[in-house]
Amino acid sequence: MKILVAVKRVIDYNVQIRVKEDGTGVVTDNVKMSTNPPDDNAVEEAVKIKEAGKATEVVAVTIGEEKAQETVRKALAVGADRGIHVKADGTLEPLAVSKLLQKVVEKEKPDLVFMGKQAIDDDCNQTGQMLSALLNWPQATFASKIDVKDGKLEIVREIDEGLETIEVNIPAIVTCDLRLNEPRYASLPNIMKAKKKPVDQLNASDLGVDISPRVEQIKVEEPPKRKAGIKVANVAELVQKLKNEAKVI
Amino acid sequence: MSVLLIAEHNNKELRPFTLNAVTAASQIDQDVHAVIIGHNSEQAAKALSALPSVKKVISVEAPHYENFTAENFAPIIVKLAENYTHIVSSANTFGKNLMPRIAALLDTSQVSDITKVISNDTFIRPIYAGNAFATVKSNDTKKCVTIRPTSFDPCESTGGSAPIEKVDGLEEFVQTKFIKREEVKSDRPELGTARIVVSGGRGMQSGDNFKLITEVADKLGAAIGASRAAVDAGYISNDHQVGQTGKVVVPDLYIAVGISGAIQHLAGMKESKVIVAINKDGEAPIFSVADYGLEADLFEALPQFLAELNKLNTIQK
Repeated sequence: MKILVAVKRVIDYNVQIRVKEDGTGVVTDNVKMSTNPPDDNAVEEAVKIKEAGKATEVVAVTIGEEKAQETVRKALAVGADRGIHVKADGTLEPLAVSKLLQKVVEKEKPDLVFMGKQAIDDDCNQTGQMLSALLNWPQATFASKIDVKDGKLEIVREIDEGLETIEVNIPAIVTCDLRLNEPRYASLPNIMKAKKKPVDQLNASDLGVDISPRVEQIKVEEPPKRKAGIKVANVAELVQKLKNEAKVI
Repeated sequence: MSVLLIAEHNNKELRPFTLNAVTAASQIDQDVHAVIIGHNSEQAAKALSALPSVKKVISVEAPHYENFTAENFAPIIVKLAENYTHIVSSANTFGKNLMPRIAALLDTSQVSDITKVISNDTFIRPIYAGNAFATVKSNDTKKCVTIRPTSFDPCESTGGSAPIEKVDGLEEFVQTKFIKREEVKSDRPELGTARIVVSGGRGMQSGDNFKLITEVADKLGAAIGASRAAVDAGYISNDHQVGQTGKVVVPDLYIAVGISGAIQHLAGMKESKVIVAINKDGEAPIFSVADYGLEADLFEALPQFLAELNKLNTIQK
């Protein structure tokens, strides 16, 4: 069984976002970039399945500018076997990404495709579902537990009401929640070894897919700032303020 | 031009955020039709037809629609979409799971989680965990939009009498099988719609200690929230998580206890009207968004808080 894992390069989750003064986006120059956190969970799960003897190959794929390749290298350093980098510049909407991934799936013919449930930059939460629609495959979104069975997966999904368990036939798409597992750190020797693993380079423009944006970004603004609050001395003062000043209890 | 709203329900009644989604849909266009897909969901379809903002209800019934599987729902909505310019649903786990599948089949670039309707093609949506807001214009002929429910008021729920049209379902998608749903039943208000939310974080140190939160929440008639750290540590179940990848809440009062205030948590609660933070670390980032900060050991402060609440003659519910 072959697992394809899609990873995205985003601004690191610890970075305080700054909006550009001209309102065209957020500042990305000299800002720390990392793999989208739930994509790390997707890689970890694929590698664990391979280590358990239930998969034979894990292929990491990313789509984006030159430096996006770092996310593939990181996946290789924690156990993916080889990588694919689909080069594309400019804004890529989830629909475009899923169409490009569809082309990669048609070429690679994986049994499973894993990715994070949401990217923490655009917060769209679309790509996995879109890819499964285009392939007409089952979709198991927001997965917090995956059991590989004979020709099937049993998945526990995190939903607003609690947990849902579904069974999907392979081939299938799984989008991963942060609670799925604890991603491992890459050891230095493995980072060195990863440099020798193959990464195929493709150009998005060669894949015959229209990836031009359909949604225009008109402007980006900072959220309204909250008024600075006060510190209260003790619990009695807190209750007093909530009752008589804020009038919320 | 008209808008097709996808109702969220449990086959008996409408889920509350359907009402917020109807409000958003009617801000896009007054001509709102609503589709309800389910099994034995007549009761919920009637409730939908009673919403005065809904002009027509389309009911699709089949046994394989009982569990809201996106693979079953998407094709029928795509078929119905012929007659509409916009498809709208809530950006909760139901809509997040379903809408992109519809959008891809319609070859539309979806606009997720909008907080404001500017016009029928232009919307505002948060990005980067709410640390920036983007104004975006969709140039697709058919638009797929999910709405952040807490950013729109619920619509009127009674007085309407929209006609209910029955439409036949399509074939079952057999590659996906529903097995079970474990819902956490509670008499407390729902987290997403509660007037007061009391949340605990890693500082609670154990699941047992969450009873300190529960006691205060019961006294205030509040819902219980949690940070991701508390859910990851197993102190409380995932349906309580507030934040970028959990639920977004906008209560009148949010009380954060033992929560440091990572940006991912702030993303889920910083629009609350009044925020209280109780934390022993005076430098914790949660204090930067708190209207009232109490620097104290929560294990002393929470019992005192309960005692002070008990002294009050009345508490708003």
